[in-house]
Formats: sequence, structure tokens, C-alpha cells
Amino acid sequence: MEIHLKIWRQKNQESKGALKNYTLTEVNPAMSFLEMLDMLNLKLAKNGELPVEFDHDCREGICGQCGMMINGIAHGPLKNTTTCQLHMRSFKDGDTIYIEPFRAKAFPIIRDLKVDRTSLDTIIAAGGYISVNTGQAPEANSIPVTHHEAESAFDAAACIGCGACVASCKNASAALFTASKISHFANLPQGKKESAERTVKMVNRMDELDFGHCTNTEACQVECPQDISVLHIARMNYEYNKAKIKKI
Amino acid sequence: MAKDIHANIPQGDLKDKWSNYKNQAKLVSPNNRKKLDIIVVGTGLAGASAAASLAEMGYNIKSFCFQDSPRRAHSVAAQGGVNAMKNYKNDGDSVYRMFYDTLKGGDFRSREANTYRLAECSASLIDQAVAQGVPFGREYSGYLRNRSFGGVQVSRTFYARGQTGQQLLLGSYQALMRQTEAGKVQLFARHEMLELITIDGKAKGIIARNLDTGKLEPHSAHAVVLATGGFGKIYYLSTLAMGCNASAVWRAHKKGAWMANPSWTQIHPTSLPQSGTYQSKLTLMSESLRNDGRIWVPKDKKENRKPNEIPEEERDYYLERKYPAFGNLAPRDIASRSAKEQIDAGKGVGPLKNAVYLDFKHALKEHGKEIISERYDNLFKMYEKITGVNAYKEPMKISPAAHFSMGGLWVDYDLQTNIPGLFAIGEANFSDHGANRLGANSLLQACVDGYYIVPYTLQNYLADQIQVEKPAINHPAFIASVKEIKAQLQEFIQNKGNKTAEEYHRELGKILYDKCGLSRSKKGLEEAITSIKTLRKNFSENLLVPGKEEEINSELEKAGRVKDYLELAELMCLDALHREESCGAHFREEHQTSEGEAKRNDKDFCYSAAWEWNKTASTPILHKEPLVFEFVKPTKRNYK
Repeated sequence: MEIHLKIWRQKNQESKGALKNYTLTEVNPAMSFLEMLDMLNLKLAKNGELPVEFDHDCREGICGQCGMMINGIAHGPLKNTTTCQLHMRSFKDGDTIYIEPFRAKAFPIIRDLKVDRTSLDTIIAAGGYISVNTGQAPEANSIPVTHHEAESAFDAAACIGCGACVASCKNASAALFTASKISHFANLPQGKKESAERTVKMVNRMDELDFGHCTNTEACQVECPQDISVLHIARMNYEYNKAKIKKI
Repeated sequence: MAKDIHANIPQGDLKDKWSNYKNQAKLVSPNNRKKLDIIVVGTGLAGASAAASLAEMGYNIKSFCFQDSPRRAHSVAAQGGVNAMKNYKNDGDSVYRMFYDTLKGGDFRSREANTYRLAECSASLIDQAVAQGVPFGREYSGYLRNRSFGGVQVSRTFYARGQTGQQLLLGSYQALMRQTEAGKVQLFARHEMLELITIDGKAKGIIARNLDTGKLEPHSAHAVVLATGGFGKIYYLSTLAMGCNASAVWRAHKKGAWMANPSWTQIHPTSLPQSGTYQSKLTLMSESLRNDGRIWVPKDKKENRKPNEIPEEERDYYLERKYPAFGNLAPRDIASRSAKEQIDAGKGVGPLKNAVYLDFKHALKEHGKEIISERYDNLFKMYEKITGVNAYKEPMKISPAAHFSMGGLWVDYDLQTNIPGLFAIGEANFSDHGANRLGANSLLQACVDGYYIVPYTLQNYLADQIQVEKPAINHPAFIASVKEIKAQLQEFIQNKGNKTAEEYHRELGKILYDKCGLSRSKKGLEEAITSIKTLRKNFSENLLVPGKEEEINSELEKAGRVKDYLELAELMCLDALHREESCGAHFREEHQTSEGEAKRNDKDFCYSAAWEWNKTASTPILHKEPLVFEFVKPTKRNYK
């Protein structure tokens, strides 16, 4: 396949970026999208040019490190798929593909397609856990968790922290990311105890950082690789209001 | 000259050793802990759990990872489950049985005391993970669910859909972030360790490169813990993440830490087959699939019908046929080798004839689509994304791929290397799995090392360090190292050859797959060593690294890792060459039974081989740690 690429190149957050054109002529449809970029980078290196910097690691859709806007869509055209799991068979011979970084004020550009998503870790640090030290735990089966509770908790806990929700949101809100963690724990008996404090701390932290507010456009769920439901945002709001009534 | 080494195993009966150790270990009082600094490199399950647990105790932690967030570490990708002895199934499990399964699974090439401790501490891990909110699979009653994994006849595997590693890692990552918020952990993401600093023979710090700026940063501490994972990525095509590497471990090795059994690599039986030369990794399909999937190849080499058109009587369910007692749940080394046997015999399937079928037809009929989809749907979806094939309708095609390093840094019972103050935990060490690791034991080992072992054993070491100041970062040892690393990085860049690090890595991977992979021979290994030396020379003359040194530069990161691989690869071959026996994943063609099974030689090789770096990659010194079986009599491993 012949593929035309328009890739965002930017030295760092301070400098100005621009789209640059590249063409690859021997793309195999069975290649993953990132393998196609590997192919481009090899070509660039051999020509004495700087390879395109992009983030990736596990290449099996679970670590959450890869992520770019492909033709304006976070992680590209395939539903519920990370960039690394997208394959070139999703494109046609002769296609032009626009590749840009995840754009959000809270994700400064490091270089090219690499962005700094430390802000997501910072939200977790504010309260995204059950406060239990090593050694304190009771016997596991002493806290029964129904099948339904465990499955609902899992649906939220499946978040891979890639930031596609933020990049897809016109407000660059981290509501879905934050809500999925709050909802994961709120669904579990062992997580409910701290739910009020956790929710307030995490929501406050999200607001302090450079994320925008949620206006319920639901774009986040559409482009989430794990298909995390926006209903978790409703759960977050419910937990938040409950906490506020308790004056936490 | 080889000399025997010893592992400081505590006295007493097998079941009392760990309690005896804990009863006698030295302690650091709570108000002294804040005076002690610990560096933990790696934020996978072992690293994050150790850093969080030590920080909770009151120590000051610096935690490093090369990824952009600690939550990305490759433990995240483990799918199937984690073993623990709870005997919730009432099916005859016990600590002793779990210990014995692990020891036997490893072909009697691990330490009794370590392996027993792994089984002994396993139950607490499930308690801890549940308390952290890990959403394990549950029965409708609310109690925990189990399934079975390869190499055992009980159900002791706990799981969270096909994302158990992710959920366990998030548990320990969140515990780590909680301590970051509390100010007890300083986090250094996008930092790669490039050197271990030793002063007067003790580990005192590291040099890390900030991957965003390219700056070299010295960090000093009272002790260093390496939790940097395995090096299966040395085979280039592997189930590991692209960034997984041996560099931290290898640089510690070159500073004097011994590497044990480096050639013992687990080749995982259920990965997706290679489909072309552009490929960058082989995706793993969880072993849990073997609970319900049946593995087969067509009986006829010339078979060219679609799998669903081949009638039952023309299929060879070779694992069920050869190993009736364990069938499709035979241990990984055996399942992989059997697959290779079929592929080599020309019965492989798929366009490159390099795969075997994993078929769910019978399970779907027996349990229905709903149950199968609840168990494995994410794996079926992933399979479809990568291959375009729907495994509910057609069997999967799977193939063996490099996966786990049973070998690693040599450690004693304390998980301390031979360098005082340097500890290695999780996959980075060698201690618990012998020559073959059982499925779902890697998450277990990483967690047990991090949550339950190193907090005690490190404290035992630190108790004598309270009065010792940590070195200043302008100590000559740090300055000299920074200078050396800088020179090396500049050399990579100034070389201006015409082959990238990745191209060398691919070539190296091919050599290792062919000659030091599923099966090894004297001739093949000798050829491999010659090829590796040639490749290494070529690398030093002809490497191409674009860009600059003091900036973000992925190609420069790869160059350093590949340079280390090119040295480690030779050690792997030397290790495989010296071991004139077959055991577990190490299969020497010269040493097999008439049925083609591994033939151990307990008389001459009942030891762990710990290699010491000695000036060059070709001249290591061998030390032997005899494996003394006090409580178990090694037998021929039999899964028939």
C-alpha cells in the first residue's frame, strides 16, 4: 500500500509546530499502525533526519502509553481500540493520514507526538486508592463482593489511563478518567468507606489542574479504548453531591 | 576457578525457615527509618509494591521508571491470573503442594527454601489485593472464584477477567501514588538507570538519564533495589513491551553482581504467530485459554482445508495424546516444545506454517457463548483486532514466543545480590522458578517479593546502616561514572554508521531464537557465539544514532539497550553451552530421553550457575550454588 502521512512535528512545548508530509510506499495491511511509524522512522534515520518521537510500550492495548490523534480521532478510526492495536488494514491504498498529538492544556507537548500526562497520575495521587497499608488486610473472603458488584467495579477499573478521553473532549476535561476511579471503588464494599473524601479530593485536584469542565458531550466514551461508560460521570457527580451534603 | 557459593538459608524445618528468619531479623525503629533513603528502580508489581510498602514503614523512597507513568510497567500486560494457596475449592491444595508444584514445574532447579516461602506468602497477597479493591472474579454468592493453570491439578488461580496484571498493578501503583502524595516517595518517571554506584563494595546509588532532557542525574541512597523485570525482549520478537530491557541488571552485573542461569528463558506456548518481517512484537494470548481451548494440528502434512472443515478423526490433539494426565494444561516448556515438534514436522498451520490451532468449538458447545465470553472476551476481541479472525467461529492460530526470564541477578535468601546493599526482586532476580516458571506464578513472585519479603530483608540490612551517611552526589564515584556514561553516549552519536540499533536487535533476536531458544545444541551455541561476536564488532563500528545526546532521543535509548543485549546474549549462550543436561526450558538436543523428553543430570548439574563479569563478555567466571534438596527428592518430571 502507498500511504501519505501528515505528521505534527514540534521540538518542544515552547516552539511552534507544523504538519510535515511523508510518503511510504511499501506498507503491508497486516502491519500495526505503530509498525508503520517504525518503518517511517527507519527511513528517516537512514536519511539523516530526526525520527518522529511517539509514545508506546506494550503494544497490546493495555499499558496506555500510546495515543495520538489519527485523522482527528483519538487512537484512530476503529472503535474501542488503542493506537497500537490499530492495523493498516483499516486504511486504503493511497490514503492520506493526519497524525497529531493528544492536545490538551494539561498535556504539554514533550516532542512531536509525545505529551506529558503526569497530570493524570496527580489526580490518582489525590485519592485514587483505598487507604490500606501492606499487612493490614483481613482474610479475603471475609468481605463478600457480589458477582454484580465486582463486574461493575471492573467495568470502571478497566481504564488504561491513556488520556484519549481528555484529548477527545472539546473542554479537555478529565471527568471520565477521574470518574472511572471513583466509581470503581464506590462499587465495592471495601472502597465505599472513603468514597466521600476520595471524591472531593480527586474532583478538587482535577479542577486545580489545567483540565476543563465536563459538559456532557459524551465524546469521551465514544473514543475510549475500554468503552468506559459516561454513566460513571453521573456516579461521580452523585458521590460528590452526597459528600457536599455531608459537608466534606 | 569455580567456587561454591551459599545462599544464607535460615535453619530449621522447611515450614519454619521464614518465621525463624523474621523472628531473628534486625529491625530499624520507626523514628530511625526517616533517616534512611532507598532507591527502587522499576515500578512494576515488584517495584511499586516494594516502594509503597517501604514508604508506609517510614523510609524515604526514590522510585524510577523509564515509562511516562509508573502504571505502564509491563506487569500491566499479564492476563490470566495469580496463584495463591487458599484452598477455597477444597480440592486438596496446601502450601506444601503449591511449593511442590512450583519446584517440580521448575524441574528441580530452584531453591527449596525460596520456593516454599513463595507458596507460604501467597495467601496474604490475595487478602492485600482484595483490600486494595482489585476486582477479582467472584461467584454469585460473593466469594472469590478460581480457575486452573498449566502444570497443576488444583484450581488456585485468582483472576480479574483477562486483565489480572493490570488490576494488581493498579493496586500497587495506587499505593505508590498514595505515598507520593504523603511525601514519602519521590517519583522519577521517564528516567532510565544507566549505572549502579558502589562505594567500598556496597551499593550506594545510581546514575539515571532523564529521558526528556538527556541529562545524567546522580542519586545516592543507603540501599538500591532493582525491580527492572526480565530480558526476554533480547529475542527481539517477544511478548514483552518494546521498552523492556536488561540494562539496569546488566550494568549492575558489570559492577560485580552475578547473573544466575541467564539462558533459562520461558518460551510461551500461546502467542500469536509471526506474520511478517516488519513485526515488532508477538502478542500473548493468556495461558488461561488452555482451560477451555484444545490444541491440535492436522494429522496430514498436506492438509489445506479450512480448520472447521477438518473432521475430528483427522486432527491430532497432540498434548492430550502425549500427556493424558495434564492434557492441554501441560506446563509451558512442554507445551511449547511439543508445538515446535509439530511445526518442525511440517504440520504447522497458517500462511507461514508456523502455528498450531487453539480451538474453542467444544467449549462453546459445552458452556455456551455467554460463559466463554465472560471468561475470555477481551482476549477474543484482541485476537480479532490483530488478526481479523473471529475465534468464536474459527480456531485461533498460536505459536511459541519468548516470554519470561527465569534467570536473572543472583540473590541469596534475603533477595540481596552478592553486592551488599543491592537487592533484586521480581523477574529481575533468578530465585524461585527454577528452569521453568508455572503460569500465574510471576505476578505472585513479584508481589510477594515486593510486599512481604524485601520490606523485612532490606530492613535487616539497613539496621547496620543507620550511622552511615549516604554519600554526597559529588563523591568521585558518581563523577567518574557520569563522565564514562557521557563518553559512551557521545560515542554512539559520533559513530555515524548506517545501521540502526533496532536492525542489530532484530539480527540478534534471530540468532538467539535459532540457536539459544526452544532447543539448543553444542554446535548451534558455538555458532551463535561466533555470530554474536561478529555482530557486536559490527555494532561498534557501524551503528547509526541520529539526533543529539542532551535531548529526548529514542534511538539513543535503544542503542544503549542493544549494546547491553549484545553482551548478555553471549553470556546466555555460554551458560546454555556449559550446562550439559536438559532441564525445564533448557533443552539440549544431546540430552534427551528416547521419547524426546528433557533428560536431567542431577549428578553433575544440580546447581545454579552464577556468572561473574570478568573484563570482557567472552570471559565470565562461573560460581556454583549447589542445590541441596533436604525435604524433597528430585524425580523425573512426569506429566503423562
